[in-house]
Amino acid sequence: MLHRESGVFKTSYAADMALYPLPIARWTVAAIILLFAVVLPLSLHEYYLSVINLSLIAIVGALGLNILVGYTGQISVGHAAFMSVGAYTAANLAVKLGLPFWVTLPAGGLMAAFIGAIVGIPSLRIKGLYLAIATLAGQLIIEWIINHTPAISGGAQASIQVPRPALWGYEMKTQGQLYFFLLFFAALAILATLNLVRSRIGRAFVAIRDQDIAAEIIGINIFRYKLLSFAISSFYAGVCGVLYTYYFGIANYEAFQIGVSIDYLAMIIIGGLGSVLGSILGAVFVTMLPIVIRLTMEPLAGLFFNAGEMSSVIASTRLVLFGGLIIFFLVVEPEGLNRLWRNIRNYFRVWPFSY
Amino acid sequence: MWDELQFAVSLIVSGLSIGLMYSLIALGFVLVYKATDAINFAQGEFVMLAGFVAALALGTQGVPVIAGVLAAVVVMVLFSFALERIVLRPLLGRPIIAVIMATIGLGAMLRGLPPITVGGETRAVPLPIGDAPINFGPVSLPPIQILGVIVTFGFLGIFTWFFLKSRMGIAMRAVADNQQVAMAMGINVERYFALAWAMAGTVSALGGVIWGSMLGVDVHLALIGLKVFPVVILGGLDSIAGAVVGGLIIGVVESLAAGYLDPYVGGGTKDFAPYVLMILALMFRPYGLFGTHRIERV
Repeated sequence: MLHRESGVFKTSYAADMALYPLPIARWTVAAIILLFAVVLPLSLHEYYLSVINLSLIAIVGALGLNILVGYTGQISVGHAAFMSVGAYTAANLAVKLGLPFWVTLPAGGLMAAFIGAIVGIPSLRIKGLYLAIATLAGQLIIEWIINHTPAISGGAQASIQVPRPALWGYEMKTQGQLYFFLLFFAALAILATLNLVRSRIGRAFVAIRDQDIAAEIIGINIFRYKLLSFAISSFYAGVCGVLYTYYFGIANYEAFQIGVSIDYLAMIIIGGLGSVLGSILGAVFVTMLPIVIRLTMEPLAGLFFNAGEMSSVIASTRLVLFGGLIIFFLVVEPEGLNRLWRNIRNYFRVWPFSY
Repeated sequence: MWDELQFAVSLIVSGLSIGLMYSLIALGFVLVYKATDAINFAQGEFVMLAGFVAALALGTQGVPVIAGVLAAVVVMVLFSFALERIVLRPLLGRPIIAVIMATIGLGAMLRGLPPITVGGETRAVPLPIGDAPINFGPVSLPPIQILGVIVTFGFLGIFTWFFLKSRMGIAMRAVADNQQVAMAMGINVERYFALAWAMAGTVSALGGVIWGSMLGVDVHLALIGLKVFPVVILGGLDSIAGAVVGGLIIGVVESLAAGYLDPYVGGGTKDFAPYVLMILALMFRPYGLFGTHRIERV
């Protein structure tokens, strides 16, 4: 990640596929863990922790979408709907049956995985544009069903209050406590994805992305792996939705509309398709963007707009920047922030003796 | 009994006329896809942009109607040219996902622009046709819908003639069929790409004027783009006749669903039924009623 790998030569496939590319990487990882587990929560103000918390949730969702879009090459414009499936499943279980988060969280994920696999069934016959439209239909239909079924949505407001997550009777309420809760799941998601993409399943996904008919000919069961990809990806989305629900203390379908699906697509495109580091960078970038816009706009925009218009102006500025960034990265740097990071690293690799 | 029949007939007629107006917007999508293989997820935002231009020109400046409509057409054509040149040409040969995402990004940009630049309030597109519904026996239609039907049929006639008879239209069909062979025959493919976008821009401009006049112009006008997908999937992505038939089917289904199902499920079936129909179409006939069935080769 951060180190210069000069003079290290790998002599076996196992070494090439290892999670730690270099012996020194152990120390880097240890330092990162120390930074995130001890230094940040003790030193940062509550507000900055809340920003990091939102990023951590987004990382889980972005990783899931990247497994589907970046690694398997199937497009989904309906990921926010899978998040809402996870969110409402967990909220209903938590409120009606009083179950703790370590039951509702995987339950929400599994329910989302089940629904995701159903929405993924058309991917066996159609691809590209058709699949994008089919998943868009999935998004709208799931949204409509949740909204029109009081048993799921909990009545007219379509929102359910959930209790705070608790472990051994210890309730997580403050941003600092929620930080550890979310950090655990984000770290788990990163680790799981890193391992998934270097496994047999991950390689089958990449083969399907590169040419699905050829993948079928070399013996990959397309039916199984495409649905598996949809299911795994939706599982992440479901977990992401459950985390949102516990973080805000409320499950509401308005937090999972089509715009959110597009936000997550923006994350993985800006970050870099088919890359774990890219998903993380993209998720952090996209989460920070509106906050940075607000901080810069609030002093400036007061000159042009009155206070009532402010929130809509900020939301619109965000949309414009978003759209612009998506187009910019697609046209100029299709591999995203991940590629920029690699370029910087390659530059410093043999620095200062580049030639 | 008579009342019920009249209710059904009026639902179907209004569905047909709304459906033809959907076709108008879907035509823009189909033209671009047919000629350039590019997918425009921002079709709704195109319509919205045209609506804003028309509303600004007609509503605030008090210019004649023809000038306002022309302004919308000119802006949309220039905008389509720029889009093709700046965004889509660099994406040639890249995976289809890249084009889809680029137009989704463009759509987000276009939705964000109006509140920053001209203000987010709803504007009217005043057309000199009045509001009083016109009666045809048992059914009555607002004049704007009749205008929409006329404009759609007008475009349909023009496009039919253009693709079947004119030299340029035949060249464009050649480009759509096989770009490399068309190039070898001496057809300037890039020019026909630009022409296809210009045609799509013109159709969107008229769509924007009509839909904007019917619904009022604000950011929500872009939601009309969500209706384009069921229409084009049902009709076939690269078929102009398909866009019209798909539009008619979706319009009628929507209208009947709203008339008969809404009282039971509490509203919203209008937005829901077309997508259910579309999923069925995708399951059984993914290339649509009139679309070309493409065979993929490794």
